[in-house]
Amino acid sequence: MKITDDSPPVLTALDRPNSYIGRSVPRPNLQRLTQGRGLYVSDVTLPRMAHVAYVRSPHAHARIVNIVTEAAKKTPGVIAAVIGAELAKVMTPWVGVLTHLKGLKSAPQAPLAVERACWQGEAVCAVVARTRAEAEDACELVEVRYEELPAVTDPEIALDAKTPVIHASLGDNLCFERKLDVGAVDKAFAESDAVVEATFRFGRHTGVTTEPRAVVADWNEGEQRMTVYHGTQAPHMMQNLFAKHLGIAEHQVRVLTKDVGGSFGIKVHTYADEMATVALSKLLKRPVKFVADRIESFVTDIHARDHRIKAKIGVSKDGTITAFEIDDLTGIGPYSVYPRTSGIEANQIVNLVGGPYNCPNYRAQARVVFQNKNVMCQYRAVGHPIAVAVTEGLVDLAAAKIGMDPLELRRRNLIPDDAYPTQSASGLKFELLSHHEALAHLDSMMNYAGLRAEQQKLRGKGVYRGIGFASFIEVTNPSAAFYGVGGARITAMDGATVKLDAQGAIIVHTGVTEQGQGAEAVVAQCVASSFGVRVEKVRVITGDTDNTPYGGGTWASRAAGIGGEAAWQAGKALRANVLAVAASILQAKPDDLDIRNGLVVDKDKGTERLPLDELARIAYFRPDTLPPGFQAELMATRHYVPRAWPFAFTNGIQGSYLEVDIETGFVKLLKHWCVEDCGTIINPQLVDEQIRGGVVQGIGAALFEHCLYDERGQLLNGNMADYLVPMAVEMPDIECGHVVSPTADSELGAKGAGEAGTAGAPGSVMNAINDALRPLGAQPLTDMPFTPDKILRALGKV
Amino acid sequence: MKPAPFAYKKVRTLKEAVALLAKHKDNARLLAGGQSLIATLNMRLSAPALLIDINGIRGLDGITKKGKFVEVGALARHAQVERSDVIARYAPLIALAMPHIGHPAIRNRGSFGGSIAFADPAAELPACLLALGGEVDIASAKGKRKVKADAFFKGLFETALRPHELVTAIRIPVADKNTRVGFAELARRHGDYAMVGLAASARANGKGLTDVRLAYFGVGDTPIRVKTAEAALADGNIDAAVSALDLEPHDDVQATAKLKKHLAGVLLRRVAAQLLETRP
Repeated sequence: MKITDDSPPVLTALDRPNSYIGRSVPRPNLQRLTQGRGLYVSDVTLPRMAHVAYVRSPHAHARIVNIVTEAAKKTPGVIAAVIGAELAKVMTPWVGVLTHLKGLKSAPQAPLAVERACWQGEAVCAVVARTRAEAEDACELVEVRYEELPAVTDPEIALDAKTPVIHASLGDNLCFERKLDVGAVDKAFAESDAVVEATFRFGRHTGVTTEPRAVVADWNEGEQRMTVYHGTQAPHMMQNLFAKHLGIAEHQVRVLTKDVGGSFGIKVHTYADEMATVALSKLLKRPVKFVADRIESFVTDIHARDHRIKAKIGVSKDGTITAFEIDDLTGIGPYSVYPRTSGIEANQIVNLVGGPYNCPNYRAQARVVFQNKNVMCQYRAVGHPIAVAVTEGLVDLAAAKIGMDPLELRRRNLIPDDAYPTQSASGLKFELLSHHEALAHLDSMMNYAGLRAEQQKLRGKGVYRGIGFASFIEVTNPSAAFYGVGGARITAMDGATVKLDAQGAIIVHTGVTEQGQGAEAVVAQCVASSFGVRVEKVRVITGDTDNTPYGGGTWASRAAGIGGEAAWQAGKALRANVLAVAASILQAKPDDLDIRNGLVVDKDKGTERLPLDELARIAYFRPDTLPPGFQAELMATRHYVPRAWPFAFTNGIQGSYLEVDIETGFVKLLKHWCVEDCGTIINPQLVDEQIRGGVVQGIGAALFEHCLYDERGQLLNGNMADYLVPMAVEMPDIECGHVVSPTADSELGAKGAGEAGTAGAPGSVMNAINDALRPLGAQPLTDMPFTPDKILRALGKV
Repeated sequence: MKPAPFAYKKVRTLKEAVALLAKHKDNARLLAGGQSLIATLNMRLSAPALLIDINGIRGLDGITKKGKFVEVGALARHAQVERSDVIARYAPLIALAMPHIGHPAIRNRGSFGGSIAFADPAAELPACLLALGGEVDIASAKGKRKVKADAFFKGLFETALRPHELVTAIRIPVADKNTRVGFAELARRHGDYAMVGLAASARANGKGLTDVRLAYFGVGDTPIRVKTAEAALADGNIDAAVSALDLEPHDDVQATAKLKKHLAGVLLRRVAAQLLETRP
């Protein structure tokens, strides 16, 4: 794979001597991880630690008549077999609602099902034993008598009067509904030269992490403290939730999150089996470990993207987009997931459709309904891939209808680069985007005219290639507007504490977490740059609520933009503190000094005045030699939270080039391009890898991944053989390009880059497939994933 | 995903292995490469009382030309077969199929005999064996016997092997200058079990073909020969061969029966083209 380093020159404000901003610094954790010395929760072993396995409901909806655990309890190695009613005495239930999603409702969810199981895979009984194998042996002896209840599986009929209501207390199966009507939509459609309608479907899928969900909970009765080793993205959020539902104070809970083997949004939620594991530790007064296996992961890790959207676009002959309209319906399982809710994806779709374009007329409806399938919630690029595919699918269909080149139609409607600040029809506020520059960059990167010529030539030989585009915007660096204002105790802030050790090296504690994405590298680069040492001298510590600054963690593409800024500011603050010490030793003015490459130097000439290790020696061991009354402060903390904008929006455009075998319906991906604008690029390689990884997950949605359920709510392909995760052989080369529009809200100017790839890939692949098949008169494909079967049906061959 | 408890015995000789099989029969499973077995154990889809590990038996992994046959020992790993000059020269169909079997890690462990004995209807090697008209060498405490490929595959994961027997080698007729082979499969990801696959062999006869053997996989309970289509292809009529396909596949999670039938026709045309290609 070619790594295109077209990163911009470093920016003046950040261009300090030995600056690492804009440089592809290798991750500091690389050697540790590749030598197998990572510390994942799966690796944690504690004295007296027991293992839990869960008995899970085989039914999508069933009343639990009774559970007999006697035989299981007599099995060798078994410590306890616990049912929902017993665990409910240790931990209170939760309800996944947010007040700013008006009307959103859900039912209380317990750590273990009590009385009723609401999806296939919900845990109904816990068996704790010396080993996981013994626990699984005993699970087979737990007798659960179920009375099967009708399963609500099809969202289309979830709201019908004759459909059973899953939670009687809620009155109906509607979780959340949102309507939006901006401008004069009906008038705009009436006056359009062409109106195109289509129904888009998105297959339910999930984020398959390399390391499954894992937790080790250790209740210390003597200390009255709960220590939880947790593979999570948000340690402080989980600290709050564990405390709240155990009925103890937050300071009695310590969450430790060291290495995490991938998250993608999967590990930022409350899982009943993880909560149950914590409750079991409190109940049994000993460490308890739970590591989900693959089969459990498929039926319990959150799913996402199961949306049906009826959509409409109006366009005039000159290519002006006149209006967008969507009607979204999504089934999210039996509970809104706590604490971020399962209304966010639909809400995002309403917000994001039409986002890149200048179009004042927009109507949207979204309905989120309950059903008896595994829960759905936020997965990488929440709502974006859907909103982008719908918008861009409509744009391509409109272009075809009026006979205009799809890139030209976009050019005519994308918000002009000099129009900022501005906002979308749905009210999203944009500080500074670069749609046109990105489009022009993509046009030349992919040699669009050349590809069109090649496509035309090959059609004559019966080879059907397609080119597809997707412009997109991406929500990053969320302020408190995302969750805080809705009443969830999920901070939008992050902090960094930086200290000088006694030999002049730097130790950073940060609130953001490392999920394998390279947050440690980015934090180290920021501190090394703003303080003035080589990056090898910076050690980053993450994921410990007892020791790291309070912070949100890693989600919504916030770690670099928010955590990076806090680290940058903390490095600056410590530099000022250290220069005060240096000035007092050197009898100079702090303003005349700087720290470069681990040395205190004259700011003007750069001549060496004092090495940091000598400064540290004096400050720590001979403070008696410093002037009276002077106290060295060799530790500094800074926090950062975006305030000026609800979100730092980023933008970009993707292009897909592929070939469809019209006999087999197989799609061969030939090449993929992504030009994106995440503001200041701290580490070009990490940004490109985020983009590439995101594109691959988006391609998974477009072509491969699908949680297939039958009408009784049984997952049919919940294993790694039948659920098709995209693999390297099928992936195209992915070329990345960048435009840089920094946010002025922070000194670094960095926005997020974690979700841009996922946001745009499905739509661009869909458009490329339809572009390939258009000359054959195929029905446009709008039902992801695009399997050979669907493609051949569109061609009328099966 | 931990297996139910089982006893484990690592044997060093064929004699030991067949003695244990004779004693435990259906309650025992042979462990060779373990690429299918271990997954079914971990998912508790099977729970044998005893695993007989045959990996320590010497001399079961040879790949040699013996007269008119290439003999592949049951314990020969896929990776070993993939890199074998004997296979490349004398069993070109096997060489064509090899890269489609799983991934390198699977091919490093998975055994040739294991694939034949397990008889997954979507696997490549059983279909190749059938297309080549090979035979299976079987041993038990009572002695040895051979079964021809046409008689070996009986039903879904069911073969002519009896519970007390094990496969010791697979014998494949040696290819000569008139041998023609073809292979194609359609899997959504490389290395997955195919939605449909076709292994074929024939003998060149002037510009035409004789002795056409077409073995489909992934479309039924066993690898399946399509004899009417074979005859049509021998007559040089590809269209007739495609319309003569009488497969009756079932729907599965990757493909409907209808799709599989359509793809079977596409594969037949592609494989027929391979068979008819003139070789230098």
